Order: sequence, then C-alpha cells, then structure tokens
Amino acid sequence: MNVSPKDFIVQAIALTKQVTSEGAPLIILDRLDFSASPGESVAVLGASGSGKSTLLGLLAGLDVPTSGKVLLDGADLFALDEDGRAALRGRLVGFVFQSFQLLPALTALENVMLPLELAGVKGARVEAGAALKRVGLAQRASHYPRQLSGGEQQRVAIARAFSVNPRLLLADEPTGNLDSATGGRIIDLLFRLNEEHGTTLILVTHDERLAQRCQRRLHLDRGVLVQEQT
Amino acid sequence: MNSFALSLRMLRREWRAGELRVLAAALVIAVASVTSVGFFTDRVGRALAQQANRLLGADLALIADHPLDAGIEREALRRGLRTAHTLSFPSMVLHGERAHLAEIKAVSRNYPLRGQLRVAPLPYAPDRASSEIPAAGTAWLDERLFKQLDAGAGAGLEVGTSHLAVSAVLTQEPDRAGVLFNIAPRLLMNIQDIPATGLIQEGSRISYRLLVAGEVGTVELFRAWAATRLKRGERLEGVSDARPEIRAALARAEHFLGLAALTSIILAAVAVVMATRRFMARHLDNCAVLRCLGAQQRLIFRLYLIQFLLLGLAASLVGCLLGYLGQMVLAQRLGSIVSAELPLPSMLPAVQGILTGMVTLLGFSLPFLQQLKHVPALRVLRRELGPPGRFGLIGFGLGLAGISGLVLWQAGDVRLGGYALVGLFAATLAAALLALLLIRALSGIRLQASASWRYGLANIARRAGGSVAQVSAFSLGMLMLLLLAVVRGDLMQSWQSTLPAEAPNRFIINIQPDQVELLRGFFHDRHIPPPVLYPMVRARLLAVNGKPVATGEYPDERAQRLVEREFNLSWSDRLPGDNQLVAGKWWVPGSAQLSVEEGIAKTLAIKLGDELTYGVGGATFIARVANLRKVGWDSFRVNFFVVASPGVLEKFPASYITSFHLPDTQGGLLDEMVKAFPNLTVIDVAAVMNEVRTIMDRVASAVEFVFLFTWLMGFTVLYAAIAATRDERVYETAILRTLGASRRQLLAGLFAEFAGIGLLAGLVAALGASGTSYFLSTRILSLPYVFNFWLPPAGMLAGAVVIGLAGIAGCYSVLNQPPLQTIRDSS
Repeated sequence: MNVSPKDFIVQAIALTKQVTSEGAPLIILDRLDFSASPGESVAVLGASGSGKSTLLGLLAGLDVPTSGKVLLDGADLFALDEDGRAALRGRLVGFVFQSFQLLPALTALENVMLPLELAGVKGARVEAGAALKRVGLAQRASHYPRQLSGGEQQRVAIARAFSVNPRLLLADEPTGNLDSATGGRIIDLLFRLNEEHGTTLILVTHDERLAQRCQRRLHLDRGVLVQEQT
Repeated sequence: MNSFALSLRMLRREWRAGELRVLAAALVIAVASVTSVGFFTDRVGRALAQQANRLLGADLALIADHPLDAGIEREALRRGLRTAHTLSFPSMVLHGERAHLAEIKAVSRNYPLRGQLRVAPLPYAPDRASSEIPAAGTAWLDERLFKQLDAGAGAGLEVGTSHLAVSAVLTQEPDRAGVLFNIAPRLLMNIQDIPATGLIQEGSRISYRLLVAGEVGTVELFRAWAATRLKRGERLEGVSDARPEIRAALARAEHFLGLAALTSIILAAVAVVMATRRFMARHLDNCAVLRCLGAQQRLIFRLYLIQFLLLGLAASLVGCLLGYLGQMVLAQRLGSIVSAELPLPSMLPAVQGILTGMVTLLGFSLPFLQQLKHVPALRVLRRELGPPGRFGLIGFGLGLAGISGLVLWQAGDVRLGGYALVGLFAATLAAALLALLLIRALSGIRLQASASWRYGLANIARRAGGSVAQVSAFSLGMLMLLLLAVVRGDLMQSWQSTLPAEAPNRFIINIQPDQVELLRGFFHDRHIPPPVLYPMVRARLLAVNGKPVATGEYPDERAQRLVEREFNLSWSDRLPGDNQLVAGKWWVPGSAQLSVEEGIAKTLAIKLGDELTYGVGGATFIARVANLRKVGWDSFRVNFFVVASPGVLEKFPASYITSFHLPDTQGGLLDEMVKAFPNLTVIDVAAVMNEVRTIMDRVASAVEFVFLFTWLMGFTVLYAAIAATRDERVYETAILRTLGASRRQLLAGLFAEFAGIGLLAGLVAALGASGTSYFLSTRILSLPYVFNFWLPPAGMLAGAVVIGLAGIAGCYSVLNQPPLQTIRDSS
C-alpha cells in the first residue's frame, strides 16, 4: 500500500517500549508498525501483558516510547513536549476506559461538559445535553457517577468522548466491567456514533464479539503484531 | 480559554461534592480568630486616636509632682493660650458612718479645655453636658462612689477637714475616659476648696497639672519653650503622646491576644496540609483524565490555583465576618476595663485577616497543587502511577516562612516575635515528639483486650503520621485550656497560701508627725496592739558618686521612671524583720549610711560603697551605700527601697505610714479612725486585690475566648484527619464486615482508636501544662511549685471522652455503607 502519512489519522513507526524489570530489560513493544485510516475501526486483541494498553497509551501520547515514532494526523507526537501532546490530544482524540474514569465530584452532564469547557467551546452545556441525549441519558443528566449503573456510567463516558467530535477514539476494554447484555448495548452505541461522526475507532479488548464488529483485528503477542486479519 | 470561569465552575462543583469543606472551615476559624483580636484592638486604638485631646482634656498638659511655677502659666496666657489647673490625689471620703477611698480631682475654672463634663442628677438618670465645674463647697461623685457612700443629692461629705455637699453624679470626664484599671472611684471638686481640706501636707502624693489649649502653632511654640524649662519631676504630655500607659497596655494586649490567636493559625496549617493531601490523592485521577482530555500542565495548575485562591478569599471573608462578631464578645469582656466609648473598627484588621488566610492556605497547599500538575496522563490506564516523588519539609518552606512572617508581624517586635516563634515551634515539635514516643510505646503493648480494642489501638500506631499530627494538634489546644482553667487557679491558690492569715490588709498613709502618738493611743484605747509606724521622707536621687543622674543614661525604661520620680525613704536602727542582708553590713556607728533593696540597686546600677546624693525639698544630703537587702514584697508589710541610718533624715519633714491586719468583724474601726483623723488615707488591700483579680478574670476570659478558636481548630484538624483516612476506613470497614464484624464491634474499634488519641493528647497537654506551671511558679512568680496530680488523669479522661465521641460522630456514616458496593468500587 502506497499512501502518504496524511492519509492516516494515526501511524506508528518502529515503535519500541522497553522497561527494566528486576534489573533485566523487558521489551513490551518491539519495533511495531501500525496505521489506521480515517473512519476505520480496529480491534487490538491479545493476552494479558501482551502490550495492548501500552500501545494504546503510546498512540495517544500518554506515555513516551523507548524509540520509534507516532504520527497523529501527520504530526510527530514525540517531537512535541508534554503540553504540546496534551493540546493535540484535546483537539483530536477521545477516550473510553474500562473503569469509565468519570470525575466523581461532577454530575453526568458536567462530566460531558468538561472537555468542551477545556476546549473553550461556548454553549458547552447545550452541546453536552445533546450528547447525553444521544446516549439515552438525558433523564440522568444531574446524577452523579455513583448514582449510575456501570452501563450508564460507560454511556456517559462515551458521550464525553464524542462531545468534542474527535477524529480518533481510543477505547480500552470498554465492556470489560460490564455484563454481556449491557456490554452489547455499549458496543452498539459505540459503533453507531463511530459511523455518525466518521471517527477512527481503535479498541483494545478481550471481547471477541466486540472485535468481530471491527473492520480490522490485530493480534499482539509479546510485543509483536503477529497476525493481521481484514 | 477563560480559565477563571472554568475554575469558578469547578470550584462550585468541588464545593458541592464536599471536597473543600475542611479547608474552608480551617481558614474561617483561623481568620476569625485573628480578626476578632485585630478588630477589637483596632477599635480601642481608634478610640485613643479620636479622643486624644479629649483624653488629655487639653492640647497640652504640664504634669508635675509639685506645685508649678506661676511663670509658666503667665507665659502661656501671654501667648494667648487658655489654661486650667487640676490637682489629684487619693483620699478618704466620709458620709455619715461610711468611709471610702476616692481619687480626688480638684479643678479650676475653664476645666476642661477640650472635651466635656457630663452630669446627671441621680445615678443612672439621663445625663447632660455641663459647661460648669462644681461650685465651691460642692462635689460631684461618680456612680460607684455614690453607691459606695450611699449618698443622696445634697448629702454632706467630709473630705479631709472640709465639708462638701453632693450636687451631681459625674458621668463623663474627658481625661478619665479610657483609663485602664480604675481602682478608686472619682470625686470632682473645686480647686478653691483644697486649702480647707488640709490634705496638702508633707508626704502627700499629689499630681499637679497645668492644662493648655489654643491654636495648634501657638501650642507647639509654647511646648518648645516649656520643654527647655522643665524641672525634675515635670513632664509635658501632648495629644500624640497622651496616655502612654494605655497605649503600652493596649500594645501588650494586642501582642499577647494576637499571639494567642496565632496558635490557631499553626493548627490551621496542619489542617490545610491534611485536607490538601487528601484533595490531591482524590484528584490524581481527575488530573490524569484532564490531561487525557487535552489539558496542559500549566492549565491544570492554574485551574486549581484559581480555585484555591477563590476558596481562600471566600473563606477569609467569612472568617472576617465571624471575627467581627467575635470582637463584640471581646469588647464586652474587656470593654469595661477600657471605659471609653469604642468607635467602629477600620478595615485594616480584615486585610490582615485575609492576608493571614491566604498565606496559610497557599503556603501549605501549593506543594500539593504542584504535585497535581505532574500526574502522568498514563494513570488513566495504569492506576498505580502517582505523582513523581515526594517532597519534605522544604516543600513547605514558603508556608513556614509565611507563618514566621505573620508571627513577627503580630508580635510587632523582632525579639518578642522571635521568642514566640521559637516557643511555638518548640512547643509543636515537643508535642509531636512526645506524641511519637507515646505512639511507639503504645504499639509495643499487646493488650489483653477485645479484638475491637486491639484493632482500634493498633490503628493509631499504623497511621502513625496522622496520629502524631492529631495528638499534637489536640494537645496544643488542650494545653492552653488546661493552663487557663486549672493552672491559673492553682497558681492563685499557691500564692494565697504563701500569705500568712494575719497578713496586713490595710495601709494607712499621710500620717503627720503630730498624729503618731494620737494614733497609737487610738489603737491602744480599743485594745488593739498599735502597729509600727514608719517615718517616710520624699526625696529625689540627684547624683551617684558625685555624678548627676540623667534619665537618658539608663537604657531601661523602669530605671528612667525611677530616677524621674521621688522616692520614699525611711530610717531605722534595726534591719526590718522580713528583710535579709545580701551584701555589706548593717549600720557601722558614726557615718551617714543607706541600705538599698537589691532589685532597685541592680536596675539603677548602684553598688556597695557608692555615695548617693538625695534632694529633699530645697536641701540635699549625701550618704554611702552600706548594704543591700532582699525584701519580701508579698508579705504586705511596709517596706522601703532605701532605708537610712538614724540621724540622716530626722531633720527633714516626714509623714508616717503603717500597715495592719483588720479583722472583718471590726470594719467600724476604720470609720471611727477616719472621723478622728480626716487627713489619713486608708487603703484596703483586699479591695485592691479584688479589683486586680476582677481585671485578671476579665483578661483571662478574653484569652479563653481566643483559645476557643484554638479548640475549634483542634476539631477541624480531627475532622481533617478523619476525612484524610476516610476512604481507607470505608474499605477496611467493608472488609471487617465481610469477615463477620458486628456494628457494635466496629463502633468499639473506632472509639478505641479516637479515645486512644484523646488519651495521648490529654497526657501530652497535662505534662505541657505542668511544665509551664513549674516554669511560671519557680522562674517568674517565685512561688513554691505544687504538682497537680489530678491534671494528667483529668486531661486524659476529658481527651478520651470528647475526642472518642467526636471521632465516632465523624466516622459514623462509614458504618452504613453496604460492604459489597464498597469493595466493588475500590477494585
């Protein structure tokens, strides 16, 4: 495939992450190459400790690699400093986590408003309200995370992730803490919004059902992409 | 983006979630404590400033301990200034069978030159301004004297050998407004009646004043002219230096109450550290999420900084409001001592309060906010990642420097501030070390107690850091309260027990030489052994070893005052019974010798063998210091700083003084005595002591009020500590529940932990209070120290019960959380 970097929303080049564990070097990601195009959905599968979360963290610039590059919308993520990466992330990337990561002191609505407020969007409240409505939680806007069920909390997190119209959505085991019925509904919601917004979706999961819904599935084994299915 | 608006919204959300309440409470209490003192002293200060010339009754006063040269008044009049005279002294006043000591003030026409007199026809009747002074032959009494003498309008009084008719109640007098410690009540009379009283005699202590008022420039020129002509025992007092004694007392009160208030600031710092640390721990995830959502480090720091600034400002403002209410309590408790009308306070104490609040909050929370900025965004994926590194005491350098600055400012004097600072930190450190030792010792003990108690007590040792902070905070608060509540009483009792039961309780002064035998006869006739009458000559120290004394040579303020005024000298052939020679020998026959009290010798740098020149009236005499004496002043016997050998003073005019014990049953004796000898002044020591005790009680109650804030702050620290470990407790409680612990067992465990902390705090406080009491008794008050065995058990019991219950109240809701939900949330 002969494409320019601009054609990919995110591209990893020879990405390596090595840590020292009990005095011995431990390679978590080994010269990994990976790219995703706009609107594409990709599942990263793998056993515990295979390096899935590390890859996700590096793609978002939450962590720095030992060597290699990540280009986010063409920009070299690790040529930027910490704050530069944060700014880029705020503009381009949305997140959904296994443990939801809602701020406990904020209501559902306020949680969704937060990234809009950080981006200085006017009318954050209205937009956040609309986002909550899209995930079917308009009635629960004034509830705190602890007053919501796991599935509802994850829907708030998804509303928050999509509220800024990110071009890339990274999801870390989004159904990991949910029962299978709730998980199924969350998956539907995630893909529906993915389609509506034209967002690139990269998700790390154990959930085969979820992986099946993606256009591409990558298997990560001891830091190496061993298999790619399309 | 507008980070201010976002911060404001975030602050509102955090507040609603209850994350910031401990911080706010700590600041509110600390600022209230500081501003209540600030507002009160500000009001008194403004009263002094506003009423300066009214306090003086003039623009300028020339004050002397002898009649003033008429040439001075002539010069003032020549310059077109207005003048008036006053003359004041203590004397007995009689009404029928009743006699009472009063401060007599005799005034001339034109008095007062500034301010006004107010009078009422009867006590507590509405008063009016008076442009007149009492007519000749009449007197005005203040309400106190009116009641004490049981006098009605028109009643006849005897003052010395004169008769005066009561014509009004004196309700306000300019140069008395704001007088601290009004010990004797006032009688105002006309100066024309003074000769008839026969009270101006040898040895009478009289204050003569020439009051001057007029154009500012003219007064200044006159002041400059008069300043060069001042004789010994004369001084000028202008508007700006009016009432130096009140100013000094106010400054002392301000510093002392201010430093007391600062103890709550130190505890506030502890609460701020605890609460912000918890805030940080609970916001690590938030910050990681914010970073994930694209917030830059700078923005995160700015968001939290603005929130804290806003919180600090709001809490400080509320604190100022409470402080404003608090100062009313202080004004009520201390206001009766300062008998001036207090004006409204200025805004300066509020500024001081807000600054105090902000310094405390920012100084001790910034290190944590800095930490928040460094939370790695990766924490959203890996919970175990916290902020990098820890910071030690260095991190709080700013806060410690800020608090030190506040202490120095409050003390208003680098040396006093330095002592206070060292003392406060030493006390805090000592309390913390003692707490640490006790906690270590506790963890070594394996109690044969129930599982709940073992668990509760083990928790104290396990959370050693938090426990040390809690024990120290509580012990400081309790220490102050124990000192005020128990130790003060102990010291008072100890002092009273050193006085023999038959200690003299009445002093008689102004006894003239021709009355000595008559007075002895008076006692003899009534079958009372006559007391020893001591001769007394008023003299001024002129020179030491031929070198004239000048006030400027003495750096010590007390020494300056001593050389400025007249001494009462006496003579005796024997060493007085309760005196003790510390250097030299008692009289060697032949030469003129002096015996000097060792304390005053030290103050005035007088040594054995020095030649002292004294002036008595127009004459002088020279004598050599033959010995130094130690005097037991608290024996209430008559004692003198300087005693001469026989033959030195007899040629000078003298008056006599004595003291004796008057049993309560013989009160009538005094009335008879004053009737027979109207010029005598009888001072009731018990009444004076009662006045002093009343004043001490008022001051103590004001100090107690200030320490109430310290105590409240102790609870805030407790609450902060409970909140700091709350998440941990919720989890532990859930685990214990799943292991089958009953509600009762959990409560017992919590009570054991907090009662244990209270017990330790009570012990530390009691030991601290005993140590302070030991220091005060032996080093400062020279009293035998008696250890109060009740203090430690009482302190421990009070601490255990109060803090045990408060702790349970603070943790109660933890018990109601369903364990499964808790464990699921935590995983």
